[in-house]
Amino acid sequence: MPTHAERNDATPHVSFRKVWKTYDGENPVVRDLDLDIRRGEFLTLLGPSGSGKTTCLMMLAGFETPTGGEIRLGDRVINSVPPHKRNIGMVFQNYALFPHMTVRENLRFPLDVRKLPPGEIDKKVKRALDMVQLGDFGDRYPRQMSGGQQQRVALARALVFDPELVLMDEPLGALDKQLREHMQIEIKHIHETLGVTVVFVTHDQSEALALSDRVAVFNKGFIQQIDDPATLYEQPANDFVASFIGENNALGGYVESMHGERCQVKLDNGTRVQASLGNPLRRGDRALVSVRPECVRINAQSLGCANRMGGYVREVIYLGDHLRVRVELAGRREIVVKAPAAQHKHRFDMGDAIHLGIDPEHLRVLGMAADA
Amino acid sequence: MPDVALALPDNPGAARTVSLKAQLRRAERRKKLKYGALIVPLVVFLLLTFVWPIAALMKRAVDNPEVVAAFPATCALLRGWDGRSPPDDTVFATLANEMAATRGTPVFASAAKRLNMEQPGFRSLMMKTAKALPPAAGRSAPAAGRSARAALIAADARWGELAAWQLFARNASPYTARYLLASVDRKYDDAGHIVAAGADEAIYVKVLKRTFGMSAVVTACCLLLGFPLAYLMATQPARVANVLMIFVLLPFWTSILVRVAAWLVLLQREGLVNQALRAAGIIEKPLELVFNDIGVYISMVHILLPFMILPLYSVMKGISPLYVRAAISLGCPPIASFWKVYFPQALPGVGAGGLLVFILCMGYYITPALLGSPGEQMASYFIAFYTNQTVNWGMAAALSAILFMATLVLYMVYLRLVGGQESASRTT
Repeated sequence: MPTHAERNDATPHVSFRKVWKTYDGENPVVRDLDLDIRRGEFLTLLGPSGSGKTTCLMMLAGFETPTGGEIRLGDRVINSVPPHKRNIGMVFQNYALFPHMTVRENLRFPLDVRKLPPGEIDKKVKRALDMVQLGDFGDRYPRQMSGGQQQRVALARALVFDPELVLMDEPLGALDKQLREHMQIEIKHIHETLGVTVVFVTHDQSEALALSDRVAVFNKGFIQQIDDPATLYEQPANDFVASFIGENNALGGYVESMHGERCQVKLDNGTRVQASLGNPLRRGDRALVSVRPECVRINAQSLGCANRMGGYVREVIYLGDHLRVRVELAGRREIVVKAPAAQHKHRFDMGDAIHLGIDPEHLRVLGMAADA
Repeated sequence: MPDVALALPDNPGAARTVSLKAQLRRAERRKKLKYGALIVPLVVFLLLTFVWPIAALMKRAVDNPEVVAAFPATCALLRGWDGRSPPDDTVFATLANEMAATRGTPVFASAAKRLNMEQPGFRSLMMKTAKALPPAAGRSAPAAGRSARAALIAADARWGELAAWQLFARNASPYTARYLLASVDRKYDDAGHIVAAGADEAIYVKVLKRTFGMSAVVTACCLLLGFPLAYLMATQPARVANVLMIFVLLPFWTSILVRVAAWLVLLQREGLVNQALRAAGIIEKPLELVFNDIGVYISMVHILLPFMILPLYSVMKGISPLYVRAAISLGCPPIASFWKVYFPQALPGVGAGGLLVFILCMGYYITPALLGSPGEQMASYFIAFYTNQTVNWGMAAALSAILFMATLVLYMVYLRLVGGQESASRTT
């Protein structure tokens, strides 16, 4: 059990150094990856399918070997350590509970392999079952349990042998929405209680934001940004991160002038806007101006904003707590606005002219996503 | 919540449930009948071509109609006889009567033949007695009885001995366990007890042992050869698996006779295998590869291999490779993971394939008959021998019945094992 002091240790628990992976020798799945995972943290690898996040996880688990570079666990290089000697717990996408064994036998499995004394095995199994609130289910077979229960057994099995590190490969993908949210909270609590380092893979951005201490956003084999959820959402490093995490409006333009953190951008439709710099850019650079739909103000609220523009309402969708309004700006550009329903209900309709306002701190100028 | 439930009037609800259930039953019954009608032709076909012939043959294994057909009254009397004291006069009179009535008819002849099978010489005894009997023997009861006894004993002294009557009495019932006993090397002694057959008659236990033994060896070989291939097929991508599958099925599409002939050509003393081995300098004189157990094993394993691979493959196809991965991630070395996690899940396939191969092997005829040694044949050879050459349906049927029973027992064991496992994992 790592102590608090250890958890704040400066040396990373896991580190990837210049790791490459390719399956066919031509197309790298993971390129030149540098990644430090801190002891005790909950790190999520987030990205679309094929972005290299699962490959990273499999390299860490030992089921894939890096084509180049090295992976360290603590202070030893584990490139050539076979998976069964890594002492890393893993939760698989479809749980992979052994169907011919009861829940208890499933949990005993890693302990039996380690030849622990029987008394200790029983104690650990009981503790693990209680931890996931399945104390009475020890004699069931996996197929007699619901998806959520199986998920919890898989979690308990990955934790029961006190592994150095727990990897989770889209563990909640097969559950329905409500159960998924419930399990997210449970996983978070277990992580907080045990203080074990968790590396979690998902393509669901809301899951990543809800669970993680830090999120590494993958695309095309690169880490696009690695930050805590709030930074990731509020200050996305590039266009890809901005559009992958949460909803985003992106308008193309060129940087006209810069004043410290602020700059002026001429959008493609001719409008000039004041915005804050997200990436270091130069005058005349092609850039994307990005704004979250909930940061756009409408009509009366837009008074006093530095950037004001007009448009026509093209669509209004009522979603209970808010309205989703699609607005056409000059030059046939469209942006989506999220407006609180209580304030704006019945105030406008399709085809109405409307005023929008955006504060410069919510309008971020980003370079194009890193790419090969 | 309970208050609400209590407040509800529950009678109409219950009545509706009952009528709903009845409606459901009616609807289900109609559906069942409809589906049942679809398979009626198949059921009729199977009854006529499969169930009925097997049942008829099984009956042959215990059938014993000849003596009862010729001498019904005598048989009825003998069934009540104690078998130790000489039979009384009524029996003599009845037999003499019935002999006189049936002599010369085919019924009499087949009864005589049947008794002769058990005790050589009985046929001539019957013929001789029947010829010697006066036509109107035993017309009136007690005196006729005495004279019938005298007449029979006069015709042949053996009628005065218990042995002849005991033999007669053993066949006085329309069913006999004689054939079944004979096929496990047992027989009735004169007093009607079951005893071991003499050394010269006792061959079937050996034959059955050899049959089961060879089947077990062939099954084991098929499993050893088939398991890795099935595993390979189940884990390879579909393209590779399909090519492998074609190679597995290819021999399947060739006639068994052709394949057996091919093995003969390959394995004989001057065959390709021996020639190649000698040319390579591995052996000096040709190996005896055919007309012995080796030839049978080689060809049977070859013929039955697909029956092992296909069930194994179909079961293994459903086992996710993730399980082994999970076991490895839990700290179990790869080979141990395979045995602890993959193999137990493949067991139903092993059971199904093993059962299939074993059962097929037990009843295989052509291959062992052509490639095996004449002195060491399997049970199927004797069944064919009794059917085709001596026309002893009883023995053929009895040996078949034993193979059939063995098959059923194996199947039950398999069901118990697989079913037990499944029900255990379904219920708590």
